[in-house]
Amino acid sequence: MFAHEFMRHAYLAGTFIALSCGAIGYFVVLRAQVFAGDALSHVAFAGALGAAALGIDIRLGLFAATLVVGAGIGGLGERARADDVVIGTVFAWILGLGALFLSIFVSGSSGEDGTAAVRVLFGSILGLSAGDAWVAVLVAVAALLALAAIARPLLLASLDPEVARGLGVPVRALGIAFFVILGAVAAEATQAVGALLLLGLLAAPGGAARLLTDRPWVGLGLAAAIAVGSMWLGLFLAYEIDSLPAGTAVIGVATAVFLLAALGDRAPLRARLGT
Amino acid sequence: MGVSSPHLGWDLLADWEQLTTYPFMVQALEAGAIVAVMAGAIGWFMVLRQQTFAGHTLAVISFPGAAAATLAAIPVAFGYFGACVLGALALAALGREGRSGRSGESAAIGTLQAFALGLGFLFVGLYGGQLAGLEALLFGTFLGITESQVTTLLCIAIAVLLLLAILGRPLLFASVDGSVARAGGVPTRLLGVAFLLLLGLAVAATAQITGALLVFALLVTPAATAQLITARPGRGLALSVVLAFGVTWLGLGIAYFSPYPVGFWVTSLSFGLYVLVRGVRSLSHIRQQGTNAPHAAEAAA
Repeated sequence: MFAHEFMRHAYLAGTFIALSCGAIGYFVVLRAQVFAGDALSHVAFAGALGAAALGIDIRLGLFAATLVVGAGIGGLGERARADDVVIGTVFAWILGLGALFLSIFVSGSSGEDGTAAVRVLFGSILGLSAGDAWVAVLVAVAALLALAAIARPLLLASLDPEVARGLGVPVRALGIAFFVILGAVAAEATQAVGALLLLGLLAAPGGAARLLTDRPWVGLGLAAAIAVGSMWLGLFLAYEIDSLPAGTAVIGVATAVFLLAALGDRAPLRARLGT
Repeated sequence: MGVSSPHLGWDLLADWEQLTTYPFMVQALEAGAIVAVMAGAIGWFMVLRQQTFAGHTLAVISFPGAAAATLAAIPVAFGYFGACVLGALALAALGREGRSGRSGESAAIGTLQAFALGLGFLFVGLYGGQLAGLEALLFGTFLGITESQVTTLLCIAIAVLLLLAILGRPLLFASVDGSVARAGGVPTRLLGVAFLLLLGLAVAATAQITGALLVFALLVTPAATAQLITARPGRGLALSVVLAFGVTWLGLGIAYFSPYPVGFWVTSLSFGLYVLVRGVRSLSHIRQQGTNAPHAAEAAA
């Protein structure tokens, strides 16, 4: 399998993308902002299609859209946290924009370019060049470093914002910073699993880790490990089974882990893990 | 739109005649009206119950259903309804877990949604799907609706609205204050499941027209706008229906005279309206505070 260059690139980029998605996904779940993550994944899709429609580099559109909207969602702050309706309303419109860009893009390009839209929607990890793979690694490492830098106060702010604010932690600024990092990770992960499946790589490992342990640092590591494991197994399955797309395989494995965690979410297992 | 290029004039009657020249447009307007009324009503409850994430997930789940039905060469409608009913039951089951509270539930919903999308992609791939097919599933075929589809849609809409009317009062009670309703003997759990099933039915019917991604726009935006304007249930529901109907017809009309898709116009119109109402509200809020302040100062003095 590793004789193929494209598989080596896929594993290299996939590992780091999964690592960053798993780690940040744990915080997303902890902060009950999965719906915001869902919105961001659709923003990634609209942004990429917009860039494609305008004929500029897709990655530029991805990063611009997710970073701006991410900062916007984060900036709405605590008020918006309970208010899924505001996020939903904004993102319904962004879906409409996506429809517009798709129609411009499809009517403006010939058939062979049409696959680009599918690649945006569902990922193209098996088609990465060496340069793409290294960019993915760099973005993921940068995101992980940024996350590590704010992890401790962010954890406090996520678990108990009142106490955090009392201790002088800048809860609001942390929320914005968190969403900017999430935006960067979302944009990069779109290449691996696609804009629409990105949510799975954020929610499933984080959700599973949260079910398996109550200790935050263990959970963080567990979420990252589950994401990387899902990526590895998913890529392997996609390689072995011809008609299975990589994005579907990765999300399928992550979902299975989440289901096992939910089913095993009973006393004996929790006792064994010492939580 | 491919036909002898329609042009918009100031004569509204002539414009309307142009709009209804072609049967496909009449059917689109009929289907749009039915879908808008149903989505406006059920969306109002969805927003009230803060189940927008669940609603969006149901909308997305319709996509693998349709793709699977296409693959199995059975009528696509079965796929839509089967997937959405299954999805609603799955969401209801996930809600019961609830040990880790809201965050655990939303993680489960998100996982379900991503998995459904992954399956949909697999089915489209197995079918050897063209992009055109994928685009239709995701963004709808508003302009390719047959008469029998309109009839089916009407039957489903009537059934959904009737059931909603029957459940309306206890559902409203359970949505506004769950614990009081439970204490008052209202079966809130059962109502929650019933509502998810109704939402699933409405989403499945709507998704066939608007596509999996844009159902959500009709469900959430008019309802959110209506709830900004009034908190009273009767008026809010009516307003939500009227708004949904208005943006749908206006969107269809504009799309007919423009090169851009219906979905873009419908979402943009409803979002513009939402922003407008929000702006007006916060403006009047500020003004109210401005006029109240001197009174408050007088009272204090």
